Amino acid sequence: MAVASQDNAVQTGRAARVFVYLVLLLFALFYLLPLYVMGVNSVKPLEEITGGRMMSLPETFTLAPWASAWSTAQIGVEPTGLRPYFINSLLMVVPAVAISTVIGALNGYVLTKWRFRGDTIIFALMLFGCFIPFQIVLIPMALVLGKLGLAGSVPGLVLVHVVYGIGFTTLYYRNYYAAFPTELVRAAMIDGAGFFQIFWRIMLPVSGPITVVSVIWQFTNIWNDFLFGASFGGTSQPMTVALNNLVQSSTGVKEYNVHFAGAILAALPTLIVYVVAGRYFVRGLMAGSVKG
Amino acid sequence: MSAAARTDWRTRAQDWLPKLVLAPSLAVTLLFVYGFILFTVVLSFTGSRMLPRYDFVGFTNYAKLFALEHWWTAIGNIAIFATLYIGICTAIGLVLAIFLDQKIRGEGVLRPIYLYPMALSFIVTGTAWKWFLDPGIGLERTMHLWGWESFSFTWIKDSEMAIYTIVIAAVWQTSGFVMAMFLAGLRGIDNEILKAAQIDGASGFALYRRIVIPILRPAFLSAFVILFHLAIKSYDLVIALTGGGPGRATELPATFMYSYTFTRNQMGIGASSAVIMLMTIAAIMVPYLYAELKERR
Repeated sequence: MAVASQDNAVQTGRAARVFVYLVLLLFALFYLLPLYVMGVNSVKPLEEITGGRMMSLPETFTLAPWASAWSTAQIGVEPTGLRPYFINSLLMVVPAVAISTVIGALNGYVLTKWRFRGDTIIFALMLFGCFIPFQIVLIPMALVLGKLGLAGSVPGLVLVHVVYGIGFTTLYYRNYYAAFPTELVRAAMIDGAGFFQIFWRIMLPVSGPITVVSVIWQFTNIWNDFLFGASFGGTSQPMTVALNNLVQSSTGVKEYNVHFAGAILAALPTLIVYVVAGRYFVRGLMAGSVKG
Repeated sequence: MSAAARTDWRTRAQDWLPKLVLAPSLAVTLLFVYGFILFTVVLSFTGSRMLPRYDFVGFTNYAKLFALEHWWTAIGNIAIFATLYIGICTAIGLVLAIFLDQKIRGEGVLRPIYLYPMALSFIVTGTAWKWFLDPGIGLERTMHLWGWESFSFTWIKDSEMAIYTIVIAAVWQTSGFVMAMFLAGLRGIDNEILKAAQIDGASGFALYRRIVIPILRPAFLSAFVILFHLAIKSYDLVIALTGGGPGRATELPATFMYSYTFTRNQMGIGASSAVIMLMTIAAIMVPYLYAELKERR
């Protein structure tokens, strides 16, 4: 964490410190409990779960629920497992994250180093777009995707996520580049460096931290999106929609262990990203977008 | 002088190139955000049902909307949900941030534990909590097996209480993030201020109440704005946790809009509910963004 622990601690008594630790540990339990419950129950046979021992470790350890969730569970009407939807999500998330991040970096560069009359208004217009309730665009988006022939396809979802993602990526890069000394850019201009040269040689090499933030943010948001996937996914539904179909299916026995394995599968990519790079994300987020 | 002409051309190219780079984003924003908003607003004044139609009916849809019991259920629910969600997340976030700031051993372990739920989708969160709260197999059943026979926790099946289960799951997901915002704020406070206050005799609770919390005001504002817009947009969590039920007890404006537009073929009414949602968010976001951008200039 960039924010090193400071000497903010107030002198407190022993009892107060015990209380503080107790509260912190209780909340840690609260946050961990659902993950623990999902984890242990995803490797139990179904009889053990319906018996009601959700907190106990499995008596018989089995990976069958994972195998079922991945490749054979009934999703909607097809017994395909979650695998094809996982692939859909990957095919959607990779280009959408890459495109929106590149556009955001260029926009942030223009908005801070090549300022012109009215640039703040343009930025404000883009920024407001991040916060609209997406219900307001669902109907026209469905029509436009249909007209473009992109309805129910992965490219259609990529388009939707890029369009509604560039506001955030632009915000991140703009705030980050704003702190970068403009004199360096001016000096490069005087030396004859062009628009893209300056971006490539001067801005990009210092953009690592904010790129981590932008990529994690976009990856998490797009991977976790449900509304657009459910509305425009068609035959290319992403993982979240498939998981919901799996869990909500009303036919047959509810295979809770399979549901949990599926839920963990759906959560795994973002959890891994978070575990690997979460520290940088929080650090960058605090430095960049959220004033506080 | 061809060299001079070339320089001149280059200078002018440098002048429009930045605008050209920004132009596609602006065009896309104008079309897909503002154009679409306008389109939905227009639809909300038409008699569209399954497909858009352009027969203008004035404010009929809005009148119908506010005469619908479902819509009032959704409004009542969003009021309960938003108030509790914002209030509890802020309270938990603040307490955890202040406690974590007391030179806690193991802070590096606790912080990611508080934060990881934010990486999960609401569908995953909903799946986990739905099961945990299910009286037949979850918490209630476990308590019975552990010998607490009279334990009862049936909120998720109870149409009066089900909305509170959504609050629980949503708070679980977001409160750690709010903690991080406050923690960053706390770590940014100048130590000299705190030392001076301590020398003046302020300590413990009073120090926080009188000095620290007022300094954190920008963090409170950011947290409020983020939580508010998340609350209005809440959709996935309801779908995964209760499906809007039992009955229609946990319907929110977002689920209302979706079902009226795409399931019940009442596109005009669906559009008008989306317009109301947008106006609610705009009422908070526009002044906030205006103040932020003006300040930064």
